[in-house]
Amino acid sequence: MNFWEIVVFLVREGVGVTIALTILSAIVALVLGFAAGLAKRSPYAVVRGIAHIYVEVFRGTSLLVQLFWIYFVLPMFGLTLSAMTAAVVAIGLNFGAYVSEVVRSGIESVPEGQLEASVALNLSKRQRMRRVVLPQAFILMLPNLGNQLIELFKSTSLVSLITLTDLTYQANLLNGSTLETTKIYTALLLIYFVLAWPLTKGMQLLERKLTEGRY
Amino acid sequence: MWDWNYALSIVPDLLSAVGLTIAATIVGFFLAVILGLVFTLLVRSDNKVVSGIANGIIKFVRNTPLLVQLYFIFYVFPQFGLTLSPFVAGVLGLGLHYSTYLSEVFRSGIDSVPQGQWEVATALNFTKRKTWTRIILPQSIPPVLPVIGNYFITMFKETPLLSAITLTEILQTAKNIGAGTFRYVEPFTLVGVLFLLLSYPASLLVKQAEKRIAEKYSV
Repeated sequence: MNFWEIVVFLVREGVGVTIALTILSAIVALVLGFAAGLAKRSPYAVVRGIAHIYVEVFRGTSLLVQLFWIYFVLPMFGLTLSAMTAAVVAIGLNFGAYVSEVVRSGIESVPEGQLEASVALNLSKRQRMRRVVLPQAFILMLPNLGNQLIELFKSTSLVSLITLTDLTYQANLLNGSTLETTKIYTALLLIYFVLAWPLTKGMQLLERKLTEGRY
Repeated sequence: MWDWNYALSIVPDLLSAVGLTIAATIVGFFLAVILGLVFTLLVRSDNKVVSGIANGIIKFVRNTPLLVQLYFIFYVFPQFGLTLSPFVAGVLGLGLHYSTYLSEVFRSGIDSVPQGQWEVATALNFTKRKTWTRIILPQSIPPVLPVIGNYFITMFKETPLLSAITLTEILQTAKNIGAGTFRYVEPFTLVGVLFLLLSYPASLLVKQAEKRIAEKYSV
């Protein structure tokens, strides 16, 4: 197999799973991250406590361990997940914890005066969050969210270790049958780079677009 | 479901692997700090070609997964006659990967040193070497120490990846135990607990240091 045949093979067999996994787990992470980030500011100590424990547990252990736990240990408790579901759940939970910190610090960096002004204008609590704080906080969060997305994309390679057929898995499989080691892993690195690079650039572009005319 | 006797019986085996995990973290971290500083200086080089190449390497390493880099180092290097042990390959991969992150941290630290400091160093006729070692670095490293500490913890949590290149660190040990007894619940759970027990206090220490440094360096 020459280099291009290897690239074509890997892209055809693995890219779909890698991208689908990135999108699905990014959605889970974003939803969980916002939920946990807001919960950390809840007036109820119980809610804050739960959010705190969730974040510290998932940030304090490594993703690969979480992935193995969800895929290999949960079935022992009667909850068997497919490799894809386990991967989405693990990556989503893990990055959700990191995103929640981004969300929290984003909300905290909205100037105090904005909140005071919205209280003075008699906006309800919900309106204050939805109309005043979050739109401004979101823009502050964007660069960090972008970084997290790149990290998430890169971490999808770990799912090859729980037999999900992503890019890395296909490369390992191909390596086992053809032994074209150098070409295969060079191709694999290049494919990841070509996928991640536009993602980095795209986030920068989005950030510039949204901050246009501000500050 | 959970067998305490079995769990307790495997704790010594897991603990014995903790040493290797920590060793890999520390060696990888030192490599990352040194390489990171080198990258930072190369990026700042006046030579456009040098800074361009350094920037390119940083971008490439940051935009590809650590796991694939580890495979590359461990499986491709031997094709060119450079066979590395899993530990050396793992440490190299970890160090290289995180050096690109640390170089960003160093860069931000150096950028935060006021321009006047450079000018004063020139006015006082400091050599380039002395300007760096006596004026710039002593002011740019302490403020970013907490960030560097956080990367140390992050690297520690990434070490399970080294199991993919057959290093028997904590996770691989747990896997081996599980393979021998067909019980994965206790080994994998204990690995998670071990990581939490080590990294959570460490993160609290970093947070404390962050507060103290913020007080010291707030202007």
